[in-house]
Amino acid sequence: MSIQEIQEEVIEEFGIFEDWMQRYEHMIDLGKSLPLIADEFKTEDNIIKGCQSKVWVHAELKNDQLEFTADSDAIITKGIIAILIRVFSNQHPKDILAAETDFIDQIGLKEHLSPTRANGLVSMIKQIKMYAIAFQIQLN
Amino acid sequence: MFDVNEIRKDFPILERTINGQPLIYFDNAATSQTPNQVIEVISNYYRNYNSNIHRGVHALSQEATDVYENARQKIQHHFNAARAHEIIFTSGTTHSINIVASGYSKLLQAGDELIASAMEHHSNIVPWQMLCDRTGALLKVVPMDEAGVLDIDAYKDLLSKKTKLVFVNHVSNALGTVNPIEEIIKLAHLSGAKVLIDGAQASPHIKADVQALEVDYYVTSAHKLCGPTGVGMLYGKEELLNQLPPYQGGGEMIAEVSFEKTTYADLPHKFEAGTPNIAGGIAFGAALDYMNAIRFETIAAYEQELLIYATEQLKEIDGVKIYGEAPNKTAVISFNVDDIHPYDIGSILDKMGIAVRTGHHCAQPIMDFYKIPGTIRISFSFYNTRKEIDTLIKGLKKAILMLK
Repeated sequence: MSIQEIQEEVIEEFGIFEDWMQRYEHMIDLGKSLPLIADEFKTEDNIIKGCQSKVWVHAELKNDQLEFTADSDAIITKGIIAILIRVFSNQHPKDILAAETDFIDQIGLKEHLSPTRANGLVSMIKQIKMYAIAFQIQLN
Repeated sequence: MFDVNEIRKDFPILERTINGQPLIYFDNAATSQTPNQVIEVISNYYRNYNSNIHRGVHALSQEATDVYENARQKIQHHFNAARAHEIIFTSGTTHSINIVASGYSKLLQAGDELIASAMEHHSNIVPWQMLCDRTGALLKVVPMDEAGVLDIDAYKDLLSKKTKLVFVNHVSNALGTVNPIEEIIKLAHLSGAKVLIDGAQASPHIKADVQALEVDYYVTSAHKLCGPTGVGMLYGKEELLNQLPPYQGGGEMIAEVSFEKTTYADLPHKFEAGTPNIAGGIAFGAALDYMNAIRFETIAAYEQELLIYATEQLKEIDGVKIYGEAPNKTAVISFNVDDIHPYDIGSILDKMGIAVRTGHHCAQPIMDFYKIPGTIRISFSFYNTRKEIDTLIKGLKKAILMLK
C-alpha cells in the first residue's frame, strides 16, 4: 500500500470513534504492537530526547525500502509512534520524504505533535525524514 | 469569612471550558491566575495615564511615576524592607537572580565557595554555574533526603570561611517543601557568607519579613501571586546592593553620561535600566493588595485543607507514590502512579479539562535524585475547591485504567 493509502486507512479507522477516550484507547492499543527497537540500538545515538518523554528510532534499508523500529518510555507516545511507523515503514525513501503528516490532525491527535509538548515526536518525524534523505542519497 | 465561590467570581478564566469540560486549574505553581481587580489596574493604566516614568515634567508622566513608586512602596511594606530603594523592579525571579550572580563576578575569586541546595529550580542553579565558570569559584550542594527535606547537618559541614554565598529556595516548586531559611541564614552569616533566598514559590503562600529574616537578597515574580507575567522584584540590603555593579547599562540607571566617563545612578535606578514594565509594576502592587485583603493566614490555612484532602484521596489509589513529604509543605503534590510515565497521565487529564504539570519542573537534579523522568504535579491556590479535587481523583482513576 502507498503512504497515502495507509493514511486514509488510519483516518477511516479512527473515524468510527465518537469521543477522545475511545480514540486514545485505540491508540494505546496500537502502541502495544509497535515494532520494537532492539535493545542493542537503544543507544545515545538513537535517542531523541524530549522534555517529557524519550523516543528511540532506528532505520534499516531492506530492498530499497526503509524499515523503522522504535520505542518510547511513555505509552501515548508509543501509540503515536506505532501509527507513524505503520504509515512510513516499508516505503521507499523518496516517498517518505514527499509525505505529509497532517493525517495526525485528522485523527484528533494533533496536540501531541506540538513542539511545546516536547515529547520527542516532532523530532522523531524529523529523524524519520533525515533517515529517508540519508538512505535516498545512498541509493542514488 | 472566606468564601471560595465568591473569590472565584473574581477570576473569569475559571469559567472556561477545555475540551468541553470545565477547566480545573491545578498548575498554580507554574503561574497563578489574575483577578479582575488586577486586570482592571492594567487596563486603567493604558486607558488613562500611560506615560514614561521618571523622565518627564508633564502631568501624565508625574501621575504614572507616582503610581509606580507607590507600587514599589507596597512591595516594600509587604516584605517589610527598611527602605523603598532596596526594592528593585525586575522582569522576574530569573532576572533578579542574574543581577546578583552577575554582580558577584567582580566580588569573587578562584577557590571561593558557593552553596546551593539539591532542590533548586534551574533559575537558581544556572546563573551561579555561569558565575563559577567566570570566576573559578566552586559550587557545593546541600543534599536532601527521600522526604524532600534538606540535610542541615550536611549544610553546616559545607559552610566554611571560603563560603561567600548561599542560595536556597524558600519553597521548592517541585516538592512543596518549606525550607528552614531562618536557620540557613543564621548559619551562613556565622560563616561570613551572604544569602539569597528564591521566594518565587513561597510568596503566594507565605509573607516573608526580610528584616526579621535578616536575609541579604530575596527575589520573587508577580505572576506567582495573582500579578501579571514579566515583572518581579529583587530585595537587597542597601549596603550590599551598593557594592554590586550594575547589570544592564542604558538609560535611567545613569547619573551623568559623556563619552569620556559615565557615572551611575543611586538605588534603585542603578539596576533599572530602560523603560520598565510600568503597568506590570503597578499591577504587582495591586496583586499584593488583593491578596492581603483576603489575608495570607486565611489563604495558607485554606490551601493546607486542600493539600491534606488531596493527599488523603491520592494515597487511597493503588500505586500512587508521592514525592516530597516534608512535615512543612505548601499546597503542592508531586506524584507518579507505578511505572506509568507522567506524560501519559498528564495528557489524559488534560483531555478531561484538568491542568496539571508533568515533567521535571525545571528541577532536573530532583528528578535525578529520585531516578525518575519526571512527576505529575498538582499545585493549589486559594481559588481551587474540594469538588475540583474530587473530579481530579475520578479522572486519575479513569486514566490509570486506560493506561494499565
